[in-house]
Amino acid sequence: MALLEITGLTYMTHGKEILSGLSFSIEASEVHALLGTNGTGKSTLAYLIMGCEGYRPTSGEIVFDGNVINDLKIHERARLGITMAWQEPVRFEGISVKDYITIKNKDADPAYYLEMVGLHPELYLLRMVDKSLSGGERKRIELASILALNPKLAILDEPDSGIDMLSTQDIINVINAFKKNGSAVLLITHREEIALIADKASQICRGKIVCAGSPREVAEYYKARKCLVCDGEVCAYV
Amino acid sequence: MSELDDLMKAYGEAGGDKAVLENTEIAHLVASGRKLLSMKNVKGLEVDARETLTGISVKVTIKEGVKIKNPVHLCFGILHNKGTQKIKMDVKLEKNASAYFIAHCIFPKAEKVKHIMDAVAEVGENAEMRYSETHYHGLYGGIEVIPKAVVKVGKNGRYFTDFNLITGRVGSLAIDYEVEAGENAVTELTARVFGHANDEIKIKEKVVLTGENSRGLIKTRVALEDEAKAEVTGITEGSAAGARGHVDCVEIVKDNAVASAIPVVKVTNPLAKVTHEAAIGSVDKRQLETLMAHGLTFEEAVDIIVKGILK
Ligand SMILES: Nc1ncnc2c1ncn2[C@@H]1O[C@H](COP(=O)(O)OP(=O)(O)O)[C@@H](O)[C@H]1O
Ligand SMILES: [Mg+2]
Repeated sequence: MALLEITGLTYMTHGKEILSGLSFSIEASEVHALLGTNGTGKSTLAYLIMGCEGYRPTSGEIVFDGNVINDLKIHERARLGITMAWQEPVRFEGISVKDYITIKNKDADPAYYLEMVGLHPELYLLRMVDKSLSGGERKRIELASILALNPKLAILDEPDSGIDMLSTQDIINVINAFKKNGSAVLLITHREEIALIADKASQICRGKIVCAGSPREVAEYYKARKCLVCDGEVCAYV
Repeated sequence: MSELDDLMKAYGEAGGDKAVLENTEIAHLVASGRKLLSMKNVKGLEVDARETLTGISVKVTIKEGVKIKNPVHLCFGILHNKGTQKIKMDVKLEKNASAYFIAHCIFPKAEKVKHIMDAVAEVGENAEMRYSETHYHGLYGGIEVIPKAVVKVGKNGRYFTDFNLITGRVGSLAIDYEVEAGENAVTELTARVFGHANDEIKIKEKVVLTGENSRGLIKTRVALEDEAKAEVTGITEGSAAGARGHVDCVEIVKDNAVASAIPVVKVTNPLAKVTHEAAIGSVDKRQLETLMAHGLTFEEAVDIIVKGILK
């Protein structure tokens, strides 16, 4: 059985269907790219898997490691091994980088995880996870903190986007670090070159998976804008 | 046990370092209620402390160019459940002088206690004064704390103060600080308070930037739970060219607590600039979700966020 198995997932909010009977799975230790243009439902899917407030399936099932997790709270899912890095990580006043990385896993060596995301521990351990960090630094620290959790599944929501985006090489390094831990990764992106890092890929459009397979195949399909769901209407905007 | 031993026991329990009293390199002053229990001076620090009918009167002078190396420790408290203590402080730092004061205010059994601090400070040209005050209150809430300070900072002078009341019940607190900053002077006022039950918190801090290129920051961090109430007023006025002021207030409320912030910014010189930001509300949802995605429960996450802003 797959590590994450989603079947017929529909999510409606404010009378609008954002996800429409979406089915999708990720094997243990697999790096899976979820490719899609803006507004296709990538973050919504991530929030449904993580269990964020207000994100409960309207219908369908999310099964993780053999458990139906539809109604579990975020921390309960985290304790089963799911975690997530938001597209724009939030800042915290009065929490040092060192304490942040070890916030749940007290035995983790924060210096080791900082090095994994390309930051010099001696320059960062005692800094605060607050406004004094740049967006790029904050993103790296967030990734270090979820690496330290040793998750079974890490959801990375567009680590390559935003003003302070991480470079493709940075992302490859982080993905390799998760691989080394044996973690599966759901790598959300709107750039096909990032999807190529993954073991498998799926393209999402209007809340449905429109293409799944090898990253190369899916990237080709995505690039060609042949999407049948929107007839190129959504997928043409890149 | 003597009264000093009792107070020092409470001081130690409150996280104070009792060893400072035996250290001859470190100045200190300890007062319980209206009694002066212990005092030590160091070279360059002139202290005239007296017992008054209602409390203690202290006059501190630091002569020109004198830099007091170690922090001066002050400990004020009332160990009984009832009583009033009025501290009158008059501090003067002459030109180029510097000193750091660490005050502990301890009221472990307060049921009907009143602590009034009435301070006047003058920070001379190029002088630097730091004043850090930490309160330790008991669990009964029967305490009234009224700290008032009027401070004048001279040219190139620096004045930093922080007030912390995060252990035990606040009771009723009414802070009233006013700082005037001269040319190139820098001042920062920080207050951190955690209110519980029916605690009532009023914080009024005012910075008047009268000198050219003077700088002022008022930073307030309040967390409230149960039925606690807080009203934070941060006033900054800029009346000289190049003056820069900022008011930064964060209040987190839980349960039925009520918080308000009144930032008042006023500029009377077109080349002065004063800004403010205030964030009042329940714990940030995204912060909570982020910590919960790290495996913390809702309660653990709230606790970490609140402790963080009060740090
Ligand atoms: N709370 C909401 N109410 C209404 N529409 C929403 C809400 N959240 C997201 N949407 C819509 O759902 C769609 C998918 O959003 P999102 O998952 O953020 O897309 P992506 O991450 O792929 O850019 C968008 O059209 C967005 O406008
Ligand atoms: Mg998104």
